[in-house]
Amino acid sequence: MAILSLKDVRKNFGKTEIIRGVNLDIERGEKHAIIGPNGAGKSTLFHLISGLYGVTHGTIQFKEHLIQNRTPYEISRLGLARSFQVTNIFPRMNVFENVRCALFWPHGYRYSFWHLLGRQTELNERTLQVLEQIGLQDKMHFPAGELAYAQQRALELGIAIASGAEVIMLDEPVAGMSHSEAENAVQLIRGITEGKTLIMVEHDMSIVFDVADRISVLVYGEIIACDKPENIRANPQVQEAYLGEVAVNA
Amino acid sequence: MLDVFIFATLNGLVTGLLLFMLASGLTLIFSMMGVLNFAHASFYMLGAYFAYSISLYFGFWTGLIFAPLIVGVLGAFVERYGLRRVHQAGHVAELVFTFGLAFLIEEAVQFFWGPGTKNYQQPELLDFPLFTLFGQEFPAYRGFMIGISITIFIGLYYLLTRSRIGIIIQAAITHPKTVANLGHNVPLIFMGVFGVGTALAGVAGVIAGPVLTTFPGMAVVLGSIVFVIVVIGGLGSLAGAFIASLLIGLLQSYAIASDVGVPDLLNLLGLEFARDHPLTDLWTMTLPQIAPILPFLLLVLVLIFRPTGLLGKREQ
Repeated sequence: MAILSLKDVRKNFGKTEIIRGVNLDIERGEKHAIIGPNGAGKSTLFHLISGLYGVTHGTIQFKEHLIQNRTPYEISRLGLARSFQVTNIFPRMNVFENVRCALFWPHGYRYSFWHLLGRQTELNERTLQVLEQIGLQDKMHFPAGELAYAQQRALELGIAIASGAEVIMLDEPVAGMSHSEAENAVQLIRGITEGKTLIMVEHDMSIVFDVADRISVLVYGEIIACDKPENIRANPQVQEAYLGEVAVNA
Repeated sequence: MLDVFIFATLNGLVTGLLLFMLASGLTLIFSMMGVLNFAHASFYMLGAYFAYSISLYFGFWTGLIFAPLIVGVLGAFVERYGLRRVHQAGHVAELVFTFGLAFLIEEAVQFFWGPGTKNYQQPELLDFPLFTLFGQEFPAYRGFMIGISITIFIGLYYLLTRSRIGIIIQAAITHPKTVANLGHNVPLIFMGVFGVGTALAGVAGVIAGPVLTTFPGMAVVLGSIVFVIVVIGGLGSLAGAFIASLLIGLLQSYAIASDVGVPDLLNLLGLEFARDHPLTDLWTMTLPQIAPILPFLLLVLVLIFRPTGLLGKREQ
């Protein structure tokens, strides 16, 4: 059974239909990439799955739960984490606090007025583990807003995975990075999503073909192909609609 | 001279801390929702009136505990069933909503408690001079006002910087979407902050009511100055609001306590003007007379020379 299943999902903004009947099944442990031209609706699809937007029609099933009308925090609590296209860290806090902030709810630390943070050893140890995973343990006291861009994206990954979510959705995780930074980021993504389900929107085709087990091609709100990377690369319809030279050269 | 300075400083501190109790809630709410709550000072007024009514039956101290709680619950209710719905229609609708709410509360206060001033008294327990300096007495109640304000601010500081909920609030203020994706019920957090913000205004009303008099215009009198403070401090900056509150409190207090005026300045410059001149009022103006205008004058100066406020950040 698929861990995430979208059935005839549609989304309208006014009279404009942005997502036009998407059907998609993602298997547990799969690394799935969603590609498509700008404006195809990739980020909108992410927003629909994570609950930021409500669907106009259709169902989204996550594990045994129908989540199409649930709020982002409810969906997150079921075990789905995501990152955003624009870096979303907490810039005024330091790196350590950023990750610790992501650990409260999933690790059973409910809202509390009187427990001083410094004394919560288990929470702080888990934070350090995550920082080690993303290679930012040396920068833990650094204000997050002052980190280099690639480090900010790594921190964002850390915030996303800290919850221990089963499904991790990354929206353009290497956008704006240099080639070497992107290579490091891919290594990081591979490491932290091992054994987990990854859904990724990305424009860099070399990374997509490198990381993904399967690729969905979204064009004008419809999935025109969903297959293994080698088949997607060879699909003439995909090449015509989107890939063209990019796929051939990748 | 020294006695005037010391007492003016103490009184300025009382006013400044009281203003910050209002400004802190308003700043937190602005940071979260991006909208200025015009009805904020109305919750301050409600605090004073609820405390007055409670004090009639159960005494001042019961009012001090329960009036802010009632105001806080009322504030949370307003956020949940009013502002949250209006929020979808944009910031202008939110502004108009809070503006209307301020009028509604003022009318409701007049309807239930009447248009006159209420005889809301400070508790007998604190009706003694705290100390006498240079032959002048400093009332214990004012000392109590300073004490309770400082206690609340230390508590608020620790809550925001050292507790789990505080860290989540800080994060939610700048990135609500990300915080929601970490499993936190952001609308509930916002409702809670709104409730606490209005409860703080309620506390300010409870302790200010006996000193600044409890009447239906008290929200308008203090409300305009609180808005001046959040703009001078920098919209959304708690530290800025703290500095601006003390600045305005002290500025007004020093101005009222001083006995200098335009005639002194003219004397200093060796100038003299005829007493029957049409602008006599201007030549004879004194600093205590213009004290109420000073916050607004400061506002204009800050807006000209530092439009983002003292500690505010320019919007990206």
